[in-house]
Amino acid sequence: MSDGLAVEVKNLVRHFGPVKAVDGITFDIRTREIFGILGPNGSGKTTTIRMLCGLLIPTSGTAVVAGSDVTTHPERVKSAIGYMSQAFGLYGDLTVEENLRFYGSVYGLDKELDARVAWAKERMMLGELGPRIAGKLSGGQRQRLALGCSLLHRPTVLFLDEPTAGVDPAARRLFWQIIRGLAAEGTTIIVTTHYMDEAERFDRLAFLSRGHLTAYGTPTEVKRTFPDASNLEDIFVQLQERDT
Amino acid sequence: MSLHRLWAMLLKEFIQMRRDRGTLGILLVVPIMQLTIFGYAIRQDVRNLPTVVYDASRTQESRALVQRFDATGNFRIRGEVSSYAEALRRVDDGRARAAIVIDADYARRIKRGRPAEVQVLVDATDPSASQSAIGAAQLVGQTSNVRILAQQTGAKLGEGRMPLDVRVRPLYNPALKSVLFIVPGIIGMILSNILVIITAMAVVRERETGTLEQLIVTPLTRTEIMLGKIGPYVLVGLVQMTTVLIVGHFLFHVPIRGSVLLIYLMALLFIVANLGLGLFISTLVTRQAQAIQLAFLFMLPNVLLSGFMFPREAMPKAAAAFGMLLPLTHFLQVMRGIVLKGVGLEALWPQCLALVGFSVLFITFSTLRFHKELG
Repeated sequence: MSDGLAVEVKNLVRHFGPVKAVDGITFDIRTREIFGILGPNGSGKTTTIRMLCGLLIPTSGTAVVAGSDVTTHPERVKSAIGYMSQAFGLYGDLTVEENLRFYGSVYGLDKELDARVAWAKERMMLGELGPRIAGKLSGGQRQRLALGCSLLHRPTVLFLDEPTAGVDPAARRLFWQIIRGLAAEGTTIIVTTHYMDEAERFDRLAFLSRGHLTAYGTPTEVKRTFPDASNLEDIFVQLQERDT
Repeated sequence: MSLHRLWAMLLKEFIQMRRDRGTLGILLVVPIMQLTIFGYAIRQDVRNLPTVVYDASRTQESRALVQRFDATGNFRIRGEVSSYAEALRRVDDGRARAAIVIDADYARRIKRGRPAEVQVLVDATDPSASQSAIGAAQLVGQTSNVRILAQQTGAKLGEGRMPLDVRVRPLYNPALKSVLFIVPGIIGMILSNILVIITAMAVVRERETGTLEQLIVTPLTRTEIMLGKIGPYVLVGLVQMTTVLIVGHFLFHVPIRGSVLLIYLMALLFIVANLGLGLFISTLVTRQAQAIQLAFLFMLPNVLLSGFMFPREAMPKAAAAFGMLLPLTHFLQVMRGIVLKGVGLEALWPQCLALVGFSVLFITFSTLRFHKELG
């Protein structure tokens, strides 16, 4: 990782036929940063995340994630990152323990597996829930289980896609507490979200619209580029209005 | 390809399968149920047609003729009626399926060497059920004619010594029992219908719950995901086939004349072809309900055109040609060949080749589509 950068994106482009979903964006994300990627639907947010996770090959440009190029070494990228989807990606008919063990094994954990599963249960405050069927957990518990599953293999970069959609405020607070702890211990966190109150929690953020980067920096810096907006919510609304 | 990851995937599938008791039960019970239903209920060889007799002649000759009808086994004489109208009424209201009507001057005419008339009324609403009765009636007529002619000309003909003696020897299934024909077919039908649906559903379910998206961000390769998904169902398919073979053998006395090893090898090929098809269906749809509908669309021609129930020889050319595109068509010939005829690869290699082709085609096709769709 050069100069403490977890992610380096240069002129990244992805076309789907005639549609330019991502049209030349450049930014970087520092190690241990909590970085937000914001934008309305169709802004290229999902396409960008999918390229950074090694799922989509860029049409042109480069992206280096956790030290590996997503175009040339997508498999290395996949092993180095964690990903928690909006849908949580849990098996509702498996127990908490079985979900953890499955994802751990898929990431190649073997001798370490027991220790890591125990770590995840403790860290995610799932304590005695091991034998419970995942489908019967509360929204907050499922969210923390999903987070635990994505952290078993000690990823250095963690992607959270709309992580707190449909989770109650208390569980949301607990979740952010865990996330800040992880960042403090050295994990880089990349979050996409629609919740503007959460945008204030980011160290830095990038606004995407129509495949372009329209604003980029710390919340304060971003606010400064939009002088007539009092908070990030206003900026978000302004950007969306400009698009339509 | 990592065995460690593949094993994790297989283990997960087995746990899920074990936990879904309902589906597992259906998978194991349905083959036995279908076998029992088809084995006992479906009889294409219709025998013992309830028959009434209106014998206006009431002579030794006419009684002998009725006896010859009875002896065919196709007609079960249920009693006599006293008029032609009564005979017709019995067939009308369904108390009889056939009626034999003999004129009053039957014996007199025969003695004088003049043509006598016998009518056989057969309820032909179900063509296939009436077919064998009609055939039997005509046969009774022909043999009786020869006998009568011989008496008239004084030719010396002992029983069974006709001038031309055509002997038909039914091979492989000498008793012409439908169940022998049906059981090997059921194996193929169950395997294809159930496995296509179940694999299509299994993959679509992962997509619906969002776990498929999660799987592809892990180091799991697409091949590992696909193999992990179909592996457990290959096993289920083999268990189902074994059940049907055992029950068929001991309950319905289906002989297994050929190599059991060859049966399993060919079944494995067939199972892979069907799982490939199921996976392919899963790549075409986004919801489980759609997967079921598409699978049903496949099941109908599978049952009708494969030769499972209806002889392919009787089909219009286009339908028969379409049937060749179904793996089941080829597998049925393989199963009937091995189980009933006891033949081996030397006779079955074209079908074997077709099954290999289907497997390769479906798996390649669905893997390609799977790749494309997941980006």
